[in-house]
Amino acid sequence: MLYSPQPMHIPDGFLSILVSLAFWVLAVAGVGVALWRAGKELDERKVPLMGVLGATIFAGQMLNFAVAGGTSGHLMGAAIAAILLGPWSAVLVMTSVVSIQALLFQDGGLLALGANIFNMAVVGPFVAYGIYQTIVRLGRGRSWAAFTGGFVAAWTSIVVTALVVALQLAFSGTSPADVSVPAMGFVHTLIGVGEGLITVGALAFLHATRRDLLGLAPGAASKRSHQAVWIVGLLIALALAVLSPLASEHPDGLEWVAEEKGFLNAAQDAPFELIPDYLFPGLSDQALATVVAGVIGVAIVFGVALAIAYARRRRPSAAYEV
Amino acid sequence: MHYHFLDPYRPGDSVLHALDARVKLILSVAFILAVALTPAGAWPIYVLLLALAVALAVASELGATYALKRALIALPFALAALPSLFTLPGAALFSLHIGHWTLTATGPGLERLLSVVLKSWISMQAAILLTATTQFPDLLVAMRAIKVPRLLVAIFGLMWRYLFVLVDEAIRLTRARDARSGSLTGRGGRSAWWRARVTGGMAGNLFLRGYERGERIYAAMAARGYDGEVRAFPLPSLASGQVALLIGGLVSLATLTLLGIWLW
Repeated sequence: MLYSPQPMHIPDGFLSILVSLAFWVLAVAGVGVALWRAGKELDERKVPLMGVLGATIFAGQMLNFAVAGGTSGHLMGAAIAAILLGPWSAVLVMTSVVSIQALLFQDGGLLALGANIFNMAVVGPFVAYGIYQTIVRLGRGRSWAAFTGGFVAAWTSIVVTALVVALQLAFSGTSPADVSVPAMGFVHTLIGVGEGLITVGALAFLHATRRDLLGLAPGAASKRSHQAVWIVGLLIALALAVLSPLASEHPDGLEWVAEEKGFLNAAQDAPFELIPDYLFPGLSDQALATVVAGVIGVAIVFGVALAIAYARRRRPSAAYEV
Repeated sequence: MHYHFLDPYRPGDSVLHALDARVKLILSVAFILAVALTPAGAWPIYVLLLALAVALAVASELGATYALKRALIALPFALAALPSLFTLPGAALFSLHIGHWTLTATGPGLERLLSVVLKSWISMQAAILLTATTQFPDLLVAMRAIKVPRLLVAIFGLMWRYLFVLVDEAIRLTRARDARSGSLTGRGGRSAWWRARVTGGMAGNLFLRGYERGERIYAAMAARGYDGEVRAFPLPSLASGQVALLIGGLVSLATLTLLGIWLW
C-alpha cells in the first residue's frame, strides 16, 4: 500500500553505471532549470505549497479502484501536477515525491534516482503538459477539450515514461529492447487508461468546484518558458514514438549503437565494462574465492556481533548518565 | 488510523544511530556505487559487500535479517531482467518448452540475471539501514551538507512534515467511499468506469484539500515571520573520529571495488 503501484521506480542494480550517471546529469539539468525558474518567477509562498502538494501526490498514489480480476487502476500524478501547477512547479513537486520515495521507502534506488527523477519528474510532466496544452488550444479552452486533453495527457505520460524506462534497461544491458520495449509499452497502455480515467475524474471535480485551477482562461499558457516546455514535451513524445520501435529492432541497444559508431573496442578497454559480457571464468578458482569471501564475511559479521554484545553488557550502568 | 508508523526510522541507541547523518549518507551512496561498479560474476566481492551490510545491520541492533527481508520488496522488478536469461548467447543450461516456443537459458544469461538481482538486493541494504537509523530531519541536514539545493531541501522537509497528514486524508477518503459501497465490484457494484470516476473525484478532492492546506500553511508561516527564506542552523563540524570513519569506509569500499574490477 505504501509503495507506488507502477513498475516504474527502477531499483539500484538494474542500470549500468554509465546510464545511471548520464541520467543523473539530465535530471540535475532539468531540476536545475526548474529551480532557477522557481527562484525567478514564483513567489515565496510556493515553497510551502509545493511541499504540501508533494505530500498530496504521494498520498494520491494510494487511491485506487478495482478494474477486474484483481487488477486495479492507480494514479502516478505527473499529468495532474503538470496540468494544475504548470510544468516547472510540477517538475519540483514530482522530484520531491520521487526522491522521498527513494530515500525513505526504497521505492527506486539512490544511484538510479537520477533516472527515476528524469522519467517521472521531467519527462512525465513535460509530455503531459505539451499534450494537454495542444488539445486545450485546439478546443479553444472548452471544458470537453480539458477533459479529453487530461485523459490523453495522462495516458501518454504513463506510456512514454514506461518506454523511457524500457530503453534505459536496454541500454544498461539488463533487458533486451525487443522484449522490454513491447512488454513495458503494452502493460502501460493498459495502466495508462487507469491514470487517464482518474485524471479526468479529478479534472471534472475541479471543473465543478475550482474552475480557476484548470488554466482554461485565455492566455494561461502564453508565458514563453511554458511555450518551450510545450514544444519540448511534444517532441519527447514524438521522439519516443519513433525511437522505441527502432530500438526494439536492434535488441542489443547500446551495443548496436556502439558497433555502428565503432567505439565498441574502446569500451572494452575501459576499467569497468560498459555492458557486462562475461563467461564463467575458471570455475574452481571462482568457487574457492567465493568460499573464502564467505568465510571472511561470516567472520566480520560474527566479530561485530560479539563486539556489540560485549559493549552492551558493560553499558547499563552508563545508561543513566544521560 | 494514523500513519506515523509509515516512518521507516527505528529508534535505538546503537553505534549506527549515533553516527553523523552526513557520514552515513555519503557512505551509503559510496556503498551503492561500489556495488554498481563491481563487475558481473565477481561473486566473492558480492559476498564481502553483503557481509559488510549484514555486519552493519548487526551493529544497528535491528537484527541481522531486518534489512535482508525488507530488501525483498524490489524483487518483482527482477522480472525486467528475466529476458536476459534466455537472450544472451552462450552455453545452453536448460530449455523450457512453452507451446511451440523453446526458451534456452544460457550461462552468461544466468550470470547476468543473478548479478542484477544480487546487486539490487545488496544495494538496498545500505538504503534501508540509512533510513532505519537516521531521522529524516538529520538526513535533510546531511543533504544540505552535500550541497543539494536549499530550495529543494526545504520542499523535501515540508513534504515530509505533511506526508502523514495527507496520507491520513487519503485513507479517510477511501474509507468514506468504501462505507458508501463505492468500491463494490461484481453484482451490486457499478461499472469500472463509474468506479474510475469516483476515484478521480477523490483525487481531485485530495488535490484541493492539499492545495488549500498549503495556502493555509503559507498564511500561518507568513504570520510567524516567514519571508521566503528558509533559515537553518549552521552545520556543526564533524568530529575527527567520524571523519576517520568516513575516510576509512571510503577507502575500504574503493579497495573492494578495485579488487573486483582487477580480478574479474
